[in-house]
Amino acid sequence: MVERSAEELAKKQREISIAEFFEKNRHLLGFDNPRRALLTAVKEAVDNALDACEEARILPEINVEVIQLGETRFRVIIEDNGPGIIRKQLPNIFAKLLYGSKFHKLSATRGQQGIGISAAVLYGQLTTGKPATITSKTGPDKKANYIKLKINTQNNSPQILEDKEEDWTGKIHGTKIEIDIEGSYLKGRQSVDEYIKETAIVNPHATFIYTNPEAIQIIFPRAIDELPPEPREIKPHPYGVELGRLMKMLETTPAKTLQQFLTTEFVRVGPGTAKEICENSALLPRTVPKQIGREMAENLYKGIQKTKIIAPPTDCISPIGAELLEKGLRKEINAELYCSATRPAAVYRGNPFVIEAALAYGGEQSGDSTVRIMRFANRVPLLYQQGACAITNAIQNNNWKAYGLQQSKNSLPSGPCTVVVHMTSVWVPFTSESKEALAHYPEIVKEIKLALQDCGRKLAAFVNKKRRIGEEAKKRGYIEKYIPYVAEAIQEIIKISDLEKKKIEDNLCEILEHTRGELEEIGIDNPEYDPELAQIGLEEENESEEAELLEKEKSSRKKNKKITDYTETNEENDGEENS
Amino acid sequence: MNLKKDSKSVVQKIKETTEDIHNKIKQLKQPQLKIPLRALSNVKYDESEGYFVLQKAIKSRTLTASTIKTFAQTLKMMGLSMQLVNTDDIATKREAYYVSKNWGDARFLEQPESDTVMDDIEAMMMVNREQIGFIPEEKGGDVAGELVVIDRDSETGKELHIDCTKFGSGAYSVPSTCEHLKFETKAKFVLAIETHGMFERLNKHKYWKTANCILVSMGGVPTRACRRFVRMLSDQKKIPVYVFTDGDPYGFGNIYRTLKVGSGNAAHINEYFCVPQAHFFGVTPQDIIDYKLPTHPLKEVDIKKIKDLIKNDPFIKHHKEWQKALEQMVKMKARAEQQALAKHGLNFVIDKYLPDKLKNPKSWLP
Repeated sequence: MVERSAEELAKKQREISIAEFFEKNRHLLGFDNPRRALLTAVKEAVDNALDACEEARILPEINVEVIQLGETRFRVIIEDNGPGIIRKQLPNIFAKLLYGSKFHKLSATRGQQGIGISAAVLYGQLTTGKPATITSKTGPDKKANYIKLKINTQNNSPQILEDKEEDWTGKIHGTKIEIDIEGSYLKGRQSVDEYIKETAIVNPHATFIYTNPEAIQIIFPRAIDELPPEPREIKPHPYGVELGRLMKMLETTPAKTLQQFLTTEFVRVGPGTAKEICENSALLPRTVPKQIGREMAENLYKGIQKTKIIAPPTDCISPIGAELLEKGLRKEINAELYCSATRPAAVYRGNPFVIEAALAYGGEQSGDSTVRIMRFANRVPLLYQQGACAITNAIQNNNWKAYGLQQSKNSLPSGPCTVVVHMTSVWVPFTSESKEALAHYPEIVKEIKLALQDCGRKLAAFVNKKRRIGEEAKKRGYIEKYIPYVAEAIQEIIKISDLEKKKIEDNLCEILEHTRGELEEIGIDNPEYDPELAQIGLEEENESEEAELLEKEKSSRKKNKKITDYTETNEENDGEENS
Repeated sequence: MNLKKDSKSVVQKIKETTEDIHNKIKQLKQPQLKIPLRALSNVKYDESEGYFVLQKAIKSRTLTASTIKTFAQTLKMMGLSMQLVNTDDIATKREAYYVSKNWGDARFLEQPESDTVMDDIEAMMMVNREQIGFIPEEKGGDVAGELVVIDRDSETGKELHIDCTKFGSGAYSVPSTCEHLKFETKAKFVLAIETHGMFERLNKHKYWKTANCILVSMGGVPTRACRRFVRMLSDQKKIPVYVFTDGDPYGFGNIYRTLKVGSGNAAHINEYFCVPQAHFFGVTPQDIIDYKLPTHPLKEVDIKKIKDLIKNDPFIKHHKEWQKALEQMVKMKARAEQQALAKHGLNFVIDKYLPDKLKNPKSWLP
């Protein structure tokens, strides 16, 4: 065996660029299989578009088009009516991983790290070798910038292939991105169709125009003409900062004293609290932050934990609202009961968050399988990694038997029910960068459970009522079943005429119905149900040929009818909102 | 005492009840069926009469959604009963159950359901089920000894004299209806026996000849026919009745008590189906001690049964002697079977036990 020297080995040791890292570990970003890759690319672009519009306080109108170029090749085009991006920023935003505006602030936006869209560009480049095309216009009198980009994976920097100005007639401002990627288009609960639909449900202020690879255009018009309140950015709460981060903050702060550092860099720390923290850390308030070493920083960290600091403000996050969540559910599912609950804001690791939950029970839902779960975080639907999510965990650990659903120990309940959970937070803790599952923080699981229990109580009341009515109906069935025999026996014994016998039957009916009172009816009363919407994202593979044929027929009609249909719904909804 | 109520009156009563229901329905009122509550809680031990007398508690079945099935079934059963009486026919309880299979949705699913409805009608009419055309499946009991039963030939109507000494190792079987029977006997007493095994032993050794008596095998709780037979025999011939059962709470509380004073369930007809003149020979708890009988330990249920008897049975509550005997048994924590007497020799019961008992009325229980 030949031994190798350290010098020899050193030749092979070199820096790995983040782009190279993700090139090899694309599954971490949600590009692990062709089907999911297509969804992730669409999702990252749509998330960005929505964030951009909302940040600029523009009512979003997002155009999504997925074109099938070859058997496994797709072109994804996402166009928004956002503020546009200035030429200088275009390359970095779309072709540099970890470049973004949201990582260093705490506010309830969809994007977090500045990875997503660049990763989509990188994935497209890896699988098709083609650059991404971005067109962006920032104002009515300006020309649009047209740029073709690739990522240089060695140094994680943008590589511009084409760069020109052009007219974008008819467009006031906005951005359009086109990426060619390797993918696979399938319908079902984890499809692009489902993602767009669910996104439309939880973003009722946005209009989506979606054209799928079958060239069927579906329009989801906005249901409300009001943007959600602007998410306010907050400074970190002392409880949410870890030692490493604290040391970094101490290094970079412009503050001259520890006292000043604490009051300016954190939320909820006033002079009094700052003083208390210093006392608890055995540090002088006048200490210069830059001179605080590791040990002192650790003291400071412990001092913070010892000090009682009020929870962070919660007005910086805006949940969808129980009412809107329920309304979205009504469109999607024809059920007998809808209920929802919004929890008061709570805090995990110093980050405020709000949990909302909604339920749809009964109706046209199948009762044999486990309940359907719809998970959302900051208005983004989570379609993958259901099993790893804190929401799923919270649902499993709830006792649904008490609420009238079937459930074996520690598993998902079964019954004709759909459960929706939405978490809004200034920082949503995902288990991985593909952002599909919430991390299991005890505070979050607890809040989810409380929200579910709130809905569960309403569910239990309804299930009981339904059972009572069922029993009542059975008893009434009894009446009808046995009245003829009573009349028949009376006829046998005292020999009355058939006419009299009929009279007895009628009278008995009246007597018995009278004593029972009106039968309450439970049914589906849901004018907001949208069967075509509900159809979107449903699996087609398993359906019989006949159903497929029917479906084709329908979709061919859809093309013509669809747009007008949705416009009508839109008007109705508007009317309701205004009244 | 006349149990043979006019068959017309039964039909009349069924019609009246139905008319009443019909009228209620015509007035758009909820009809009701009123049935005396047949339970131990609704009987009183009448010492002068010597049996359980029905009290006033009434179970009324108002026609509602939940009672309509039974209501329909009761009316249908009344119709069947009327038809049986009118055509002078009979149906066993089992047959009645099968007739109901014609009633579509109103049919009975199990025989106990039809039996209960039958008992309800019987109580409602305050008659014996034979009078409404239904007869039980059960056997009336076996008889052997110095007795001639005078029955009638069903074809010719001629009198039949049946000598109960002439059945050899077999026995005369009590018919399910025995109102028409007459008796000739010179026997001194009737001995009613719980188990058929003991009856066979006494019959084989012709104990009835030795003691000049009539042996009746009850085979557990005596059937109505058996009770009626013993009662008529004892009444007509003015002879006493002695009862010989196992020394356990079932023998006291179910077999002897039912023979002597009737049951809660048939409280409306106890008047005819009881033998108030009966006395309890044994096996008494004191016998267990006196004859050093081999015993079985009392089970939890036995103790519970005894406590229930002392607390709730109107007959036991009336007789201090019985309470003492039962308490004695609880203390002994033991029970003994009739056959336990065989410990002292197979025929000890004939040679010693029964003669002893006859001589010593103080060892009996009321």
